[in-house]
Amino acid sequence: MFEVIFLQFLNGLDKGAAYALIALGLTLVFGTLGVVNFAHGALFMLGAFCAVLFRQLLTLETVTVDPTKLSPWGAPLEVREPLVQAWFGDFGAVLVNYSVPASIIITIPIMLLVGIGLERGIIKHFYKRPHAEQILVTFGLAIVAQELIKSFFGPNPIPQPMPSDLRGAADIGAFLGMQANVITYPIWRLVYFLFSFAIIAGVFAFLQFTTFGMVVRAGMADRETVGLLGINIDRRFTIMFGLAAVVAGMAGVMYTPILPPNYHIGMDFLVLSFVVVVVGGMGSLPGAVAAGFLLGILQSFASMTQVKSLIPGIDQIIIYLVAVVILLVLPRGLFGRRGVMES
Amino acid sequence: MRAMSRNDLLLFLGFTLVVLAMPLWLQPFGAAYPDLLQRFMIFGIFAVGFNILFGLTGYLSFGHAAFFGVGSYAAVWSFKLLSLDAIPAMLFAIVVSGLFALLIGYVSLRRSGIYFSILTLAFAQMSYNLAYSVLTPITNGETGLQLTLNDPRYLDAAMGSAQAGQPVPTLLGQSLGGFAGFYFCAGFLILAFFIAQRITNSPFGMMLKGIKSNQTRMNYTGFNTKPYTLAAFVISGMYAGLAGALLAVTDPLAGAERMQWTASGEVVLMTILGGAGTLVGPVIGAWLIKYFENIFSAINDTMLHRFWGFLPEGADNVMVAITSKFVGEGWFLTLGLVFVLIVVFLPGGIMEGVRRIAHLFNRQRKSPDRPASQVQPAE
Repeated sequence: MFEVIFLQFLNGLDKGAAYALIALGLTLVFGTLGVVNFAHGALFMLGAFCAVLFRQLLTLETVTVDPTKLSPWGAPLEVREPLVQAWFGDFGAVLVNYSVPASIIITIPIMLLVGIGLERGIIKHFYKRPHAEQILVTFGLAIVAQELIKSFFGPNPIPQPMPSDLRGAADIGAFLGMQANVITYPIWRLVYFLFSFAIIAGVFAFLQFTTFGMVVRAGMADRETVGLLGINIDRRFTIMFGLAAVVAGMAGVMYTPILPPNYHIGMDFLVLSFVVVVVGGMGSLPGAVAAGFLLGILQSFASMTQVKSLIPGIDQIIIYLVAVVILLVLPRGLFGRRGVMES
Repeated sequence: MRAMSRNDLLLFLGFTLVVLAMPLWLQPFGAAYPDLLQRFMIFGIFAVGFNILFGLTGYLSFGHAAFFGVGSYAAVWSFKLLSLDAIPAMLFAIVVSGLFALLIGYVSLRRSGIYFSILTLAFAQMSYNLAYSVLTPITNGETGLQLTLNDPRYLDAAMGSAQAGQPVPTLLGQSLGGFAGFYFCAGFLILAFFIAQRITNSPFGMMLKGIKSNQTRMNYTGFNTKPYTLAAFVISGMYAGLAGALLAVTDPLAGAERMQWTASGEVVLMTILGGAGTLVGPVIGAWLIKYFENIFSAINDTMLHRFWGFLPEGADNVMVAITSKFVGEGWFLTLGLVFVLIVVFLPGGIMEGVRRIAHLFNRQRKSPDRPASQVQPAE
């Protein structure tokens, strides 16, 4: 029984990690800029498609016809060689194999640009407007982003292979000194969990231990005073928006092997991550992370057959149910601060 | 109840006339066929109802499609169990969706602002997910709820009015296909508009507007705002249920995708596009979105080539390649862009644009004798 519970706990971690990452970005934007960003799921989706784009670029091929050899059906043999392999040799092959993690190098600049462009272009005009209008404009942006992706990459999910070394499952049970082959867990999900853990730790460290982070935290607490001290707080907040976009994008990149990305993956995650943010408490970073993992794990437990036979359909609604209960019992969510969004 | 003022009466009469004459004046736009006209009416009702909540009280519900879907299911069940007549189905749908809205509203309205939006969204997603999974005996899951030949239809059986062939909804024995269906829906839209107009101008409507502009102050003056917002929520839920039921009348098939949050988003788009808080705005928004959805998604590359044919060779291909991203499958991209532009530049929607233009004309009319030289700046 312990093994079953432990396994479900592990199963919840990777989904929880994705929720936590998206919710973290959402909370960053809300906490710094005070903007309710419905386009955040679209940023997650854009990140995922950075991985798709990177792989498509890597697998561009030259096709040469070799007249000396014949293919099985008698035509001259076409030799396809990826350009990357032709240029870089073995390193190219490794690069193609590791295309998903490697695509982070293009994801970071792209998402930073997208985030900063979005903030400077549109969102900065909405700081003083009501939250309802912020929701509406970002909702419109999300539609635009997902339709653009749809028109370039098509409506179908595009599977991304994980690196061949990281396929298969790890025998965590044996690792922890338990019976072998009872608790096995896909390696990539473990990688995803560790990756998101690193990013979350990185964001917290950045906010906690750097001067930039200190200024941003001060700005979150009292924007006006920080501005009066002669600090260009707007520029820093713009960068924070870019950072939130990068976090969402990286969450999307690394999730592609688990769930093949299609154009509405962002919307699917957005609804859930808003629930996560609200459960964690609007504007609370630790709350967002904790609620992300909590809901991921709860969802994993709810999809156990034993639980489902007890309460049919619980796996479909558990997250929303928890959200409703928490909102009604703890009006500010788990870690919400006083006076946030309570007008 | 106060009597209607002259302006209100004119607005109502004008609206009625425009709606009833739609098959005529939409002829040149290629939209005067019953199927699309019925959709105009149905989503008009949906948007008018949504506006009673969002436009008057400012509570942004992101889960209104749930009531729409519940209305559809209730209507189809009424066709299956009671009678093929549309009247009991409508009544049943309105009552069921009203009760459903009462339940959800009672819980959700304990919070306001974004929390309210998230709560309604959560409830709608719960209904959607349940309709797909556990509630399959009631909703028939992915297939959608359909009428079949061997439905019991107790009321019809008791009246002895058995219908031969494939069951279709009727009104007192009359078929509701084609333009009859349109006028049936149009009647409901006009009624819905009339009620919304009376609500907006009533003391109750004033109360709702007060809640929108400052709920705290309303509380301080001694009003308990909760019953008012709840009433607005239930009324708008009943409107959504009515619209859903009408959709089931014109096409007796109810599917869960009607309850998905994108459907909730669509009615928000309609209301904002037309102008939240105005009476006519949401209807216009609904009409525009449904119209362009139909027209834009039908445009294909051949039509684009014909359109850009006047351009020199090569240039027209470029234009076709660019514009084809915005029509056909990609029409949602256009919708998204237009929506963003509207929210950024014209937060009051189309109605605000109309008002601004009217204001411009009024100002010009007031000073017609201004010398032209005065307008031009000195060099």
